[in-house]
Amino acid sequence: MNPANFNVTQPDIADLAQRYPNIMNPSPRGKIMTGLLAVAMVALIAFAAWWLGLSFARVISGINQLGLFAWLMMPPDAGSQTSLYFRALGETLAISLLGTVLGAVLAFPLGILAAANVLPSWIFRFGLRRSMDVLRSIDILVWALIWINVVGLGPFAGVLAIASSDIGAFGKLFAETIEGASAKGAEAIRSTGGSRLHELRFGLIPEVLPVILGTILYFFESNTRSATIIGIVGAGGIGLHLYEQIRTVEWQHVSYMIIMILVTVAIIDYGSSKLRAAIAGRQPEHRKS
Amino acid sequence: MIKSTRSGITALPESQLNPLLSSYNRSLVKSRRNSLAYTAIFIVALAFAWWAAEIRPWTFIEKFPGFTSYFDRISKLDSGARVWTDPVEWFWGLRKWLRLMFETLLISYMGTVIGALGAFVLCFFTAANINTHKAIRFTARRFLEFCRTVPDIVFALIFVVAFGVGPLPGILAIMIHTAGALGKQFSEVVENIDMKPVEGLRASGANMVQAVRFAVLPQVIANFLSYGILRFEINVRGATVMGFVGAGGIGDEFLLAIRRFYYSDISAILVIIIATVFVIDLLTTRLRSMVGTGAMA
Repeated sequence: MNPANFNVTQPDIADLAQRYPNIMNPSPRGKIMTGLLAVAMVALIAFAAWWLGLSFARVISGINQLGLFAWLMMPPDAGSQTSLYFRALGETLAISLLGTVLGAVLAFPLGILAAANVLPSWIFRFGLRRSMDVLRSIDILVWALIWINVVGLGPFAGVLAIASSDIGAFGKLFAETIEGASAKGAEAIRSTGGSRLHELRFGLIPEVLPVILGTILYFFESNTRSATIIGIVGAGGIGLHLYEQIRTVEWQHVSYMIIMILVTVAIIDYGSSKLRAAIAGRQPEHRKS
Repeated sequence: MIKSTRSGITALPESQLNPLLSSYNRSLVKSRRNSLAYTAIFIVALAFAWWAAEIRPWTFIEKFPGFTSYFDRISKLDSGARVWTDPVEWFWGLRKWLRLMFETLLISYMGTVIGALGAFVLCFFTAANINTHKAIRFTARRFLEFCRTVPDIVFALIFVVAFGVGPLPGILAIMIHTAGALGKQFSEVVENIDMKPVEGLRASGANMVQAVRFAVLPQVIANFLSYGILRFEINVRGATVMGFVGAGGIGDEFLLAIRRFYYSDISAILVIIIATVFVIDLLTTRLRSMVGTGAMA
């Protein structure tokens, strides 16, 4: 193409504007709305800063403090408490695993009951789903505090806390999975003369099991993160030590534990994504690094 | 010798059936062995976890009435009457609690908006199709990973020491976590766009910022808003416990009630938290479907 043809001249622009009025000269309404929204959001930020009594000076002095902490964190060092911290990390993983499994086991029957294609009574279903919503909307730390009152301080309370909050989430997801399962597999089994049990075993289960296992693994990942902090309120795991070392400003210990957590979470994430892909029978998600 | 089953379906004779069955079994040997191995590993891990987490089923069974009686206790006023018989007495601190809940919402709002802005800037550095500079991309990705992997409450704990008790450390902790979590989601959205408009703009002489503004942004903005709103909802839940470590909001008051056994206060604050989370849930779902249909874009 001749480069000269490439220059867009004034008449061309006028011509384009005439042919595509909506694109070249959009109505100002959209712009005004966007502008108003932005102004409202910024105004709300300013209001929040005023209401919460934030001061710029405090931000600056705090950042200076943080710089000092970061300096004091180097190099990460656990002193004589390395084995203690590793045991606490093991406890964290145990809490996460048991909590997830317990939550899933308890949620499974609830999920089946809450699925629309299983139980047609919508009042019962509505009640069940709303109760699961309540379970979910209470934070794991709050659950931990409640369970500590029942079974005492320690990792057991953590397990129960994770299970309690997971029942709500799992119940909902399981119900959705079962509702989404197509009846075709079961029909095929029936058409070849399979019994009701065969339908379940070869029709429904192969369809929902990979999805359910994937969900459980995914929650195990996220529960591992929760289990690292559950010790802050006394429900076991590495969180207790982290809390104590931050309060006694032992920054080298703090950075050591944060690195332990980061590495563990990375390993769990990696292993779980591999396993999830294997269960789903597909290659791992396309990832560019 | 064709057999007929109860439903009138004809079955193959044994002589033809057996080879089919054995080949089916042969083809499943490997996957069965794998499932068996995984199950064994799982059971060992479970047993180990059982031991490590000090599971005591007997304590649980013994103390379980304590759990139900706990709910009994938090549903009673000091006078012994049920809480719902005297809502005024139950919610005696309503003004204070609502103010604290409002504070919690503001904390999560500020944390979400500022964090989302950070994520918005960073996501273009981590998206492989926009930023082709490998070293910068690698650094930006590790940074986002760090931000989202360290739990927000750990950031809050550290910030409380640095900035002092109050909402400021809570906002900053939520902000950093939001930047990390949204940064990843945003950059995935950006990586999945149609690159043709970008190429078109670049070919007609636009620089990268202009290309992002006019070719990338229109494709991603609805998704960004949707993810941002979802994150706000998650952050509201997170902000309710920020007060546990002194980082502002209603958590502080709640922890006090639990620790000092102010039973009816516990249930009152729980009701306020649950109700707020429900309302936010409903509103954000509405808002997200509006964004999805382009009513706001």
